[in-house]
Amino acid sequence: MQIYLPIAEVSVNAFLLLGLGGLVGVLSGMFGVGGGFLMTPLLFFIGIPPAVAVATEANQIVASSFSGVLAHFKRKTVDLRMGTVLLIGGLIGAAVGVMVFNYLKAQGQVDLLVKLCYVVFLGIIGGLMFFESLNAIRNVKKGKPPARKKHNWIHGLPFKMRFRVSGLYISVIPPVIVGISVGVLAAIMGVGGGFIMVPAMIYLLGMPTKVVVGTSLFQIIFVTAFTTMLHATTNFTVDIVLAVLLLVGGVIGAQVGTRIGVKMKAEQLRILLAMMVLAVCGKLAFDLLVQPAELYSIATGGH
Amino acid sequence: MRILTSLCAALLLVVTAAQAKEEIVLGLSKDTVSINTNFDGSEILVFGAVKRTGPIPENPPLQVIVTVAGPSEAKTIRRKEKRFGIWVNVDAVEIDQAPSFYAVATSTLLGLSLTETEDQRHKVSIPRAIRSVGAPDNITDSETFTEALIRIKSASNQYQLNEGTVSLDEQTLFRTSIKLPAALTEGEYDTRIFLTRGGEVISKYETSIYVRKVGMERWLFALSRENAFLYGLMSLAIAIAAGWGASAIFTALRR
Repeated sequence: MQIYLPIAEVSVNAFLLLGLGGLVGVLSGMFGVGGGFLMTPLLFFIGIPPAVAVATEANQIVASSFSGVLAHFKRKTVDLRMGTVLLIGGLIGAAVGVMVFNYLKAQGQVDLLVKLCYVVFLGIIGGLMFFESLNAIRNVKKGKPPARKKHNWIHGLPFKMRFRVSGLYISVIPPVIVGISVGVLAAIMGVGGGFIMVPAMIYLLGMPTKVVVGTSLFQIIFVTAFTTMLHATTNFTVDIVLAVLLLVGGVIGAQVGTRIGVKMKAEQLRILLAMMVLAVCGKLAFDLLVQPAELYSIATGGH
Repeated sequence: MRILTSLCAALLLVVTAAQAKEEIVLGLSKDTVSINTNFDGSEILVFGAVKRTGPIPENPPLQVIVTVAGPSEAKTIRRKEKRFGIWVNVDAVEIDQAPSFYAVATSTLLGLSLTETEDQRHKVSIPRAIRSVGAPDNITDSETFTEALIRIKSASNQYQLNEGTVSLDEQTLFRTSIKLPAALTEGEYDTRIFLTRGGEVISKYETSIYVRKVGMERWLFALSRENAFLYGLMSLAIAIAAGWGASAIFTALRR
């Protein structure tokens, strides 16, 4: 069934969009990532104009994250205090990120920069997570106890705060910095930023994986809602029909994904997310390295 | 006095007849294309007749050209080159005016229907319909950029050259259909019909087809432009309601 999207001004298959939304929703619920880093490239691929894809995706992430976070609230796996600290950083970062994005757009080459950002960050994060989870799984098999949380330089910083749900007593500086950097990258790359934040929370802040997912979803809701409003009021690129189709599939998928995620071991969850991140990274790197079939591209408007 | 008036009228008649020997009477299957939710492209039937005052001239044969052009806008064409091992946009050429949609339908090969000079004057063929300003000095092959634009647009049926698709009966009745793709921009689509003999344009007719969104599409589009803040809030409200709804349904199902 073809459906015409009023803002994107293209006609696409409604079931294809529902399916894509569902698939990404499952991943979103399982790993606590918004799924934007998968969905945005997929939308480009089916012919949605990039500006509309990025803006609409932000709106869809609000829906799937909201649906996912409710399931986590019921299991009490959301650290509201940590989420709020991350959110404050995230909003500052998003505002800065939009400014950086507009500056780079004026310089041209913004597409390349976005893709390089993806390749570099997905590569580093995916690689780190993959090897760490592999080691953890090996240790479990050998019967070794998981490594104790080590005290590092992070514990020496001032402004300490107790995060009871996460079982942490650390300074607020690292979470705020994580929030800001995720916000900047999220705005530049047009995603929620969960795939960066989840590993940062696990490895930098030392939060337990089960709490990380819910807390990340909580923060993403607000950052993406903020981004949606920015796009809707400045670029007029939020396509509500596209968003509704994606989010109907997405919210159902997120519910299914959350339930799958709860049944799985933390190490398995991490290794799967790592593999997925590496796959997207590989595809993007491949596109940059191999000669494209069409060397020319059309952009609307003059300089 | 009366004789003089009728003489004048007769003279006037002769003069007009001599000037416009063959002219176009046109019909369109529709002059508005409405884009609604399940819009998936459209087809427009362009038909008409040649009205003439004298007998049909034998040679050269009559040819008909129909063009439909969507709203024009400026475009930037970029070309990738390999730099430091990766493919990067390097050169860019601005196209001053390029129609969002352009279709040419002819009764025979375009090259036979129209001379180069007439094409230049009336901007009929696809390359002529695109207005390109001068490329930057460092780019010597700016025409390859225009060719790329035509190639990419043709691949998605946004630009069409349909030679021999205008059927012409008895050098009087003509008809053709123009397929509009699903990805269509709103606006006024200029439709032109040319009659040519021996490559020279002997008559020309212009009209417009209006492409516009209707119903929900129109309402949402207007809201997103005129009341962007409200539209943004509405998008968020729908997103949160859907997220909450799915969660509630799944909780109910598990009980």
